[in-house]
Amino acid sequence: MYQLLKQIAATGIRTETPPRPDEALRVVAERLRADVLRHFAGALTIRHVDAGSCNGCELEIHMCNNPYYNLEGLGIRFVASPRHADMLLVTGPVSRHMETALKRTYEATPDPKLVVAIGDCGCTGGIFGESYASCGRVSNVIPVDVAVPGCPPTPVAIMQGILTAISTRNSQAT
Amino acid sequence: MRLEGLNIELSQLPGAVTAFGAVVDAAQWIDTCRAVQEQGGRLVALWAADARGEGRGFIAHAALVVRSGLLVLTHPLAGASFPDVAAIFPAADRMQRAAFDLLGVAASAGDDRRKWLRHAAWSATEFPLRKDFDSRRRPHGEPSRDSNADESAAPRVTGGRIPEQTAFGGPAPPLDAYPFVRVEGEGVHEIPVGPVHAGTIEPGHFRFSVVGETLLRLEERLGYKHKGIEKRFESMTLAEGARLAGRVSGDSAVAYAWAYAIAVESATGVTPPPRALWLRGLLLERERIANHLGDLGFLGNDAALAFGLAQFLRLKEDWLRTHHTLFGHRYLMDAVVPGGVAGDVTPEGAAHMRSEMDEIERAVTVLKSVYDEHAGLQDRFINCGRVAPGLAARLGLIGVAGRASAQSWDLRVEYPYPPYTELEVRMATHRNGDVAARVTVRFEEIFESLRLCRLILERLPAGGDIAARVPPAAAGAFGVGWVEGWRGEVFIALETDSGDRIRRCHPHDPSWQNWPVLEHAVIGNIVPDFPLINKSFNLSYSGHDL
Repeated sequence: MYQLLKQIAATGIRTETPPRPDEALRVVAERLRADVLRHFAGALTIRHVDAGSCNGCELEIHMCNNPYYNLEGLGIRFVASPRHADMLLVTGPVSRHMETALKRTYEATPDPKLVVAIGDCGCTGGIFGESYASCGRVSNVIPVDVAVPGCPPTPVAIMQGILTAISTRNSQAT
Repeated sequence: MRLEGLNIELSQLPGAVTAFGAVVDAAQWIDTCRAVQEQGGRLVALWAADARGEGRGFIAHAALVVRSGLLVLTHPLAGASFPDVAAIFPAADRMQRAAFDLLGVAASAGDDRRKWLRHAAWSATEFPLRKDFDSRRRPHGEPSRDSNADESAAPRVTGGRIPEQTAFGGPAPPLDAYPFVRVEGEGVHEIPVGPVHAGTIEPGHFRFSVVGETLLRLEERLGYKHKGIEKRFESMTLAEGARLAGRVSGDSAVAYAWAYAIAVESATGVTPPPRALWLRGLLLERERIANHLGDLGFLGNDAALAFGLAQFLRLKEDWLRTHHTLFGHRYLMDAVVPGGVAGDVTPEGAAHMRSEMDEIERAVTVLKSVYDEHAGLQDRFINCGRVAPGLAARLGLIGVAGRASAQSWDLRVEYPYPPYTELEVRMATHRNGDVAARVTVRFEEIFESLRLCRLILERLPAGGDIAARVPPAAAGAFGVGWVEGWRGEVFIALETDSGDRIRRCHPHDPSWQNWPVLEHAVIGNIVPDFPLINKSFNLSYSGHDL
């Protein structure tokens, strides 16, 4: 136990300043009312859905909760069920075999809800494109609010996408 | 030439991997598999190809390990079936079922004829990897929609239902049926899990049959991530394929890119400059360390030690930032290219890596002693998800999980090529086969990989050349690549077409061998230990589903 506590003390606090929202990531204009978004900004729950990625984006989503980025420190956390979620974070080109599961997850998420597509594949279909087995980008299958490019996008870019989705233009001006 | 008492005519394949090829008939196919198994060899991969365009009909391939190296069998089929080898190599079962789903060539007399990679995307009478299957076909058989359509046309509806105007919008299509094996008896019930899991992980379905909390049986259903990677390869040039190979399984970008590069170099007769080979070794070992750091953190977390996750992910983040600074990508994607590597290491970069390695080694040493001495953690790890060595050998467990169950296979040790021929890799093995053993092997492999990285930086051959030019390939050239990735051995078989294109590319992930063993590892354990056991294997879905 001594060693464990010593290691915590020696490591110190590593958390860095979170990124600012970026309007360029928005796919559609702000859909939700500003007062709803303000509630999300205090405590947002996210359900991640891998709809067919190579697993690269998942590695970076994991990293969002390492001590440097500390996403949970911003009141944003991942939950185990879409029923508990305000936002879906969707990676990958949507494989044809995940289409049903993604749509059911979307329908199971209570309104008002937000969808953020992660990675080049989520934005455009990426290197896998559309094929007999791939529906391509996420917005081909469910409505998307914000899309974050990158292969994979960095944790900062992912956080920026999440923060953009719950920001309002007014809040960014301040 | 002949080899090890095998009654077939062999020819050595060119390239870095010591590999032999043989064309066999049905009797030799099964006799060779049996002989290899009896001599202690094993199956690496089994796949099929459509060579009707070249007048050769369908072909079944198997890659086997023999004492001298890799043996690649080519079995031209008279019709569309080949002898079942699942009774010899249990791991062949799912590979044979996948070969049928994709190419319509079946293992004759195979016990299990259920579909494997096929769900609802294509019908039982269609085979996507046949050359006459339209490569431009879209999901639901629809024509291609314009992917570059104006984004502002995207739907803005906030209601719960999915609007029709998205390309594949509308209600969720029904799931296809799959005949799971039912466990019957008093008090037995089923828990279906997935494809969308509770954590941030890849999708797959697990069907647990339980009594109370005890697991009687686990049956996996995979294939949810099937996105047509093999068909995609066939629309690409050899150079374009390198980028896709690095994205078969995103956590093994270097292993796949290297295996693909060896296959291309073997098909085109290219030898990369020595410095490039050593840099590939450096990249592969760094990828191994990055993944092991992450796994050790998550294993601590799954046993309720959040401290472990925070500490190991901090180290992993430092490590990834160095990747980004020195190699241009946090996960080293596109760093290995056919002919060599994409970037060189400067003396300043090497100095930075050396000092970072010292720091990481110190920190991991401390964390290892915290893990070892943490009674609560060890209580969860020890005897959890045990795979005894005998079972591991029978089922063909490989990679990290295999070495933790006394299966001492490591290509870097047994079938080394440069730089591993010069490095004398020390293999980490353990006999207990439980979660604790898989944790121990990971710790030991981190220390060993740190040692290898230091040696590589010390002995890195001088000279500015880091990539050889890859000439256009002749049509019909064949090459294989075989690399010990962090999870286990990654294998790629490649056949070229005219115009420097890919005729067939089969990437094989070690998860094919290890997924079926996970079903055995959980028997008798309790349901809440499943995530821990699963994490200790950490198998790939994307690399398997293709």
